[in-house]
Amino acid sequence: MDFLKDLWGFLKERKKFWLLPIIITMLLFGALIILTAGSGSAVAPFIYTLF
Amino acid sequence: MTTRAVLGLSAYYHDSAAAILVDGRIVAAAHEERFTRKKHDSDFPRNAARYVLKEAGLALKDIEAVAFYDKPYLKFERLLETYHALAPSGLVSFTAAIPVWIKEKLFMRSMLKDELAELGQGKPRMLFPEHHLSHAASAFYPSPFKEAAILTLDGVGEWATSIIGLGRGRDITILRELDFPHSVGLLYSAFTYYCGFKVNSGEYKLMGLAPYGHPGSGQVERFRRLILDELVDVREDGSVLLNMSYFNFAAGLTMCHDKKWAQLFGLPKRAPESELTQGYMDLALAAQQVTEEVVFLMAEAARALTGAENLVMAGGVALNCVANGKLLRKGTFRDIWIQPAAGDAGGSVGAALAAWHIGLEQERVAVAVPDAMQGSYLGPSFDDVDIMLTARDYKAPYRHFTDFEELCATVAGLIADGSVVGWFQGRMEYGPRALGNRSILGNPCLPEMQKKLNLKIKYREGFRPFAPSVLEEDIGTYFDLDRPSPYMLLVAPVLESHRKPLPENYDSMAMYDRLYIQRSDVPAITHIDYSARIQSVSKATNPRFWAVINAFKQKTGCGLIVNTSFNVRGEPIVCTPEDAYRCFMRTEMDYLVMGDFLFSKQDQPSWAEKQDWRDEFQLD
Repeated sequence: MDFLKDLWGFLKERKKFWLLPIIITMLLFGALIILTAGSGSAVAPFIYTLF
Repeated sequence: MTTRAVLGLSAYYHDSAAAILVDGRIVAAAHEERFTRKKHDSDFPRNAARYVLKEAGLALKDIEAVAFYDKPYLKFERLLETYHALAPSGLVSFTAAIPVWIKEKLFMRSMLKDELAELGQGKPRMLFPEHHLSHAASAFYPSPFKEAAILTLDGVGEWATSIIGLGRGRDITILRELDFPHSVGLLYSAFTYYCGFKVNSGEYKLMGLAPYGHPGSGQVERFRRLILDELVDVREDGSVLLNMSYFNFAAGLTMCHDKKWAQLFGLPKRAPESELTQGYMDLALAAQQVTEEVVFLMAEAARALTGAENLVMAGGVALNCVANGKLLRKGTFRDIWIQPAAGDAGGSVGAALAAWHIGLEQERVAVAVPDAMQGSYLGPSFDDVDIMLTARDYKAPYRHFTDFEELCATVAGLIADGSVVGWFQGRMEYGPRALGNRSILGNPCLPEMQKKLNLKIKYREGFRPFAPSVLEEDIGTYFDLDRPSPYMLLVAPVLESHRKPLPENYDSMAMYDRLYIQRSDVPAITHIDYSARIQSVSKATNPRFWAVINAFKQKTGCGLIVNTSFNVRGEPIVCTPEDAYRCFMRTEMDYLVMGDFLFSKQDQPSWAEKQDWRDEFQLD
């Protein structure tokens, strides 16, 4: 929650909304890598679904 | 009346530290590295924070605000925009840097809350002053000035690499800002890297190497011209514009493009620990000269913009005491005050002060004299019991003195006879310099002392100079300096009357031959260009250190002493009696004084360690 509040505050203050999609994409990929880290290759199970 | 306290933190980059303010007064501050024994430790400063809370007699629940020394999101914005602008060339650096942000640093507030929860219960308000505002606050608020121009210079904070501001009362107004990648700090670091030293820690070695360059030689002037023509455009107000085709720090994992630099200077990048040839010394001197030019121009711009008579400085470049000394002598400002912890560790005090005066809107009640840093003796102290317990653990024999004057007279005699003495007293220093409470002392009049200290005690490069600690009242007897320099942040020339003539073939001599020529009657502290990095010692601020130097003066007639930090190369300065005893036994130091206890190496039991202790510390 802290993170979302801070992130929104920062984007609003700096008027850098164009960074939002980059940050979200990176966070999603980050989460994907962390969540699938136990299954050998991190993104292998999603490779066809994603690309 | 209840007390109001602010905890300041710097962490997660290099040199983590914690500081605490109680009712606006700096009560304690310490570097994390001193507790963990990891040089430049960048982890959350949990040990330092625990210590400062203990020193203030407070728990986390008593803390009104916690101030972190920069704005993480703004830094992240700089990273993303830089990678975006330089894509795809920053890919390797991107893949190294971004995972840490995605995993940890973007969640800084939660991360800090979790770490603080380990220190105790309480939900203090969290503030994030900008990096250079923290530096500016650390420079202005503890200074002795009601109003002053502020100049901060370092590698980079969020975007800013340097600011000029005005401090008045409790307000700091930022007037000019120089942004990444254009940075005098990063320029200096690039030369540090190219001359084979470590970035973020070896900059002072480059400064120490510079005087070995031949100032009158065509090569130094050629290098200086190349730097100004090719690497950096220096504007009238001291703004710098780096030619990024020569630098790699924005998109890569090194400071500069080695091949382009080799082509430009006709000198390959020096491998760490390899021989230092004249070319690197000349390059170091040229880099130092350009840096000084930039600092002088920025100071002039600060003077013109603010109209203030005094200047305060902080940021890593403000540790360049050669530039500081020259700036003072130029007379652009009536007086200059430099934060003793000018590097990032000092951001903890700065963040706390910014939170107190700006965030919590507290007035700056009185201007402290000589300043509010209390000699920078803000770290932990240890009493007789702690020292005796350490002695018992190591079965270390000692002599206890009940009369401190007698101890000083004894130590002065030992130093006069050429012994090297570890001096451990009172509260540990905050900032990178040992100022007489965690110091190694030697006789400045002995020609062999510099060699002995460098090679047998500190195990570091032989070219490195040593600093004098001089009785405040005797500064003018030895040095061309008309005011105190309590934090070893000013370099000044040794007076002509103390100098000795040089041999005629001096300029053609090899570096180490030149180094060991006796240049003055205090040769151990006279650098190759007749300069010295001075610490003046006042009886009021550090009576014990003053007393031992005064005893040395009574014995020898010399009112100064060699003072080097109590550590070996790559090791953080000692913190506890145990650290001090261990360092004492590992080196060829002759005596150790802790409090009122004198330990003689001859009397100590033999010292053996399972593995070579030199492997414990990474070379800096």
